[in-house]
Amino acid sequence: MSEEKIEKTSKIDLDRTEMPKQPPEIRRHNFNEVALGYTEELAIKEAKRCLQCKKPRCKTGCPVEIDIPDFIACIVKGDFSAGIKKIKEKNCLPAVCGRVCPQETQCESKCILASKKGEIAIGRLERFLADWEAAQGKIDLPKKAKPTGKKVAVVGSGPAGITVAGDLILLGHEVTIFEALHRPGGVLTYGIPEFRLPKAIVAREVEYIKMLGVNVITDFVVGKTRSVDELLEEFDAVFIGTGAGLPWFMNIPGENLNGVYSANEYLTRMNLMQGYRFPASSTPVKKHTRVAVVGGGNVAMDAARTALRMGASEVRIIYRRSHAELPARLEESENAEEEGVIFNMLTLPIRYIGDENGWIKEIECIKMELGEPDASGRRRPIEIPNSNFIIPTDAVVCAIGNSPNPLVPSTTPGLDTTRHGTLVADPETGKTTRDRVWAGGDIVTGAATVILAMGAGRKAARSIHEYLMGK
Amino acid sequence: MNKILELRMIVPNMHLIKIEAPDISKKVKPGQFVIVRPDEEGERIPLSVADWDQESGTITIIFMEVGASTSRLASLKPNDYVATCVGPLGNATEIKYYGTVMCVAGCYGIGSIYPVAKALKGEGNKIITVFEARSSYLIYWLDRFVGLSEKIFTITRDGSSGYKGHVKRLPDIIHGLSQLPDIIIVNGCTYLMAQTSNITKDLNIPTIVNLNPIMIDGTGMCGVCRVTVAGKMKFACVDGPEFNGHEVDWKEFLARRKAYMEEETLFFRRSEPESKLHKEGKCQV
Ligand SMILES: Cc1cc2nc3c(=O)[nH]c(=O)nc-3n(C[C@H](O)[C@H](O)[C@H](O)COP(=O)(O)OP(=O)(O)OC[C@H]3O[C@@H](n4cnc5c(N)ncnc54)[C@H](O)[C@@H]3O)c2cc1C
Ligand SMILES: Cc1cc2nc3c(=O)[nH]c(=O)nc-3n(C[C@H](O)[C@H](O)[C@H](O)COP(=O)(O)OP(=O)(O)OC[C@H]3O[C@@H](n4cnc5c(N)ncnc54)[C@H](O)[C@@H]3O)c2cc1C
Ligand code: SF4
Ligand code: SF4
Ligand code: FES
Repeated sequence: MSEEKIEKTSKIDLDRTEMPKQPPEIRRHNFNEVALGYTEELAIKEAKRCLQCKKPRCKTGCPVEIDIPDFIACIVKGDFSAGIKKIKEKNCLPAVCGRVCPQETQCESKCILASKKGEIAIGRLERFLADWEAAQGKIDLPKKAKPTGKKVAVVGSGPAGITVAGDLILLGHEVTIFEALHRPGGVLTYGIPEFRLPKAIVAREVEYIKMLGVNVITDFVVGKTRSVDELLEEFDAVFIGTGAGLPWFMNIPGENLNGVYSANEYLTRMNLMQGYRFPASSTPVKKHTRVAVVGGGNVAMDAARTALRMGASEVRIIYRRSHAELPARLEESENAEEEGVIFNMLTLPIRYIGDENGWIKEIECIKMELGEPDASGRRRPIEIPNSNFIIPTDAVVCAIGNSPNPLVPSTTPGLDTTRHGTLVADPETGKTTRDRVWAGGDIVTGAATVILAMGAGRKAARSIHEYLMGK
Repeated sequence: MNKILELRMIVPNMHLIKIEAPDISKKVKPGQFVIVRPDEEGERIPLSVADWDQESGTITIIFMEVGASTSRLASLKPNDYVATCVGPLGNATEIKYYGTVMCVAGCYGIGSIYPVAKALKGEGNKIITVFEARSSYLIYWLDRFVGLSEKIFTITRDGSSGYKGHVKRLPDIIHGLSQLPDIIIVNGCTYLMAQTSNITKDLNIPTIVNLNPIMIDGTGMCGVCRVTVAGKMKFACVDGPEFNGHEVDWKEFLARRKAYMEEETLFFRRSEPESKLHKEGKCQV
């Protein structure tokens, strides 16, 4: 369908169906999910707006190419069961992706109605079907292929690892996941907060692959408890999906003061270790009144909104570029703003100042302006001389990025890395420079997205299967 | 989930726990640690491995009861399970021929330095052992060190054994030796490690400490264990836990260790009439 036709058809409804949310003044005090999801009526209303394009562009925006118009058509008919089946052919984590995919730059941005600002709310519909299925309480287990007798080890239980495991188990292979932490799920468990992605949903997805027969071993650090080489003695193939979990710091004075956290530490304390329930849980957390979060991505928004919910009365984002360059999803920065997070844009911390007990008390910042676009295509921030100023604070959360943890690469001979510390792997197959070793997700791309990690997992699973069967 | 095979108090406030952990027992080397979570609600705490046996697939840890988690751990019984026991983590001690090695140990460090001393002895080093404790009855595993050590010295605060005083008496011991040790390795509370490093810096004796910062994951993911060593930021769990004691920023280290003091004591205020915290002042593990 072309744009011309849209103009002529007067019946096109460009009004996106809003998804109910907890009001900002309430949700900033609790850890319950912010977005409440569509009801059946709302879902059908939204689904009916879809034009069922013959050459659906939306599909080209989805990294795993979900048959978007097909599942939407199922919703229109009220056949939710068929709809979720359709999605699951391509995506094994719809409840997660429907919530955290950057839809506005992926599927929805490609929807033909996007030019009229009326793109179909594909993510919300996907989420609706996944939640509907979960509410039914019964899960249809797909049929598994005959056992092949081949064994695959998956290192890391984030979205990449879960996808590889889920795909290979259905193809009849024996699959074991090794996870360093005590709870599986990767960033979905330790990073993304409860109010954006309830942990019960992640646990459900992990339960699902366990029901399919995947063996999940937690508290097992590959490279320490056993090396990749040792795994290769027992397993026919190894997939590495260890993510990008090494936090960056800025290398400025005062970064080791008490009260300065990496976002990983801050979010791990709250999510994985359930710090938000302290003292009922035993991992201690501090009560901070003023919290400053440095960075502008999803991680920064998550940290800021968590700090609000922990009772801080003043939470700010400090970001060196302007609003337009914020890498966070629009929805998340808007949510943060609604909840009362202050945005200090075009600002760069240059020094942390402590009190006599070694606790942070102030941040010295400098004002920035935007210059010419840099390699990333975004305008480069430049310091404005003599614009230094002080922000008083009790805590700083540093959310400026992560790179891959070197633990596995450094303990596995023959596994080549790039100068960014990511693993070298074929983008089409996930094959690394080591025989019988595949990799995918953030460990290959650097910090990216859930759906890209899943896509990489899917490709690797296909390649691993071909290898195992061709043997 | 790992089964507890043995758990008993060996001297007041100091417990020995033997845990079933076949994978770890095969891999662990002197100087490494594990992360233990006593129960499903528990926090993750790092503990050094003091002994292990590949054949029975077990590891042994000596831990001091200082706060909520070590207290919960101590309250478990043989045949119970700990929710998490993961490792071995951190880098191992560099085991090679140095000549004369002085092992200085206090608190749980007596346990954690034992495999280090044993392995160094195996490489032909002469071992001189120094125990530091509040009183002689707090020294344990003496028998294990007897066969290993050329000489054993003790420093006790009440003078009940050996030198009276605390780690500041170390120079008296060192100067009493026929020659300076080639290297000193210190395990135990932060105060002991910091003071020893101060003393040996002036004497120009290389000194290795086994740092014990607050940790969460123990794999380099959270950054809470960061320390400044030779002016550079290091993560103790992956870059250490052993560092050159002369290069550690001890003031910063001590401040970071105390970060959660207030919250940690909440546990005792809630559950116990009086604090069991090691009252010795400076020896907060
Ligand atoms: C706070 C935060 C918010 C985010 N928000 C979004 C969002 O809204 N939308 C979105 O699409 N993406 C988001 N992301 C990014 C997304 O979560 C990641 O791109 C994705 O999780 C990567 O998946 P992965 O499987 O490669 O690795 P991870 O999810 O990082 O999982 C890796 C797993 O491997 C384990 N592991 C590491 N080393 C070892 C080892 N040696 N042995 C055993 N196990 C090991 C780790 O413990 C971890 O569980 C966010 C990330 C963060 C941190
Ligand atoms: C590499 C390493 C090896 C260690 N080996 C041993 C050992 O073999 N035996 C032993 O008894 N202790 C050891 N420790 C110290 C031990 O981890 C702490 O005593 C323990 O975490 C305290 O927990 P808690 O909840 O009982 O006490 P808390 O109530 O948490 O605190 C009491 C004291 O312990 C400190 N502390 C709190 N949390 C931690 C933490 N996660 N890590 C370190 N210190 C903390 C606090 O600063 C406080 O001074 C080691 C620490 C490290 C980093
Ligand atoms: S998986 Fe993500 S990109 Fe694909 S359709 Fe769903 S929300 Fe859109
Ligand atoms: S979602 Fe948009 S692009 Fe896709 S079929 Fe419907 S109207 Fe067309
Ligand atoms: S304990 Fe988390 S990085 Fe060292």
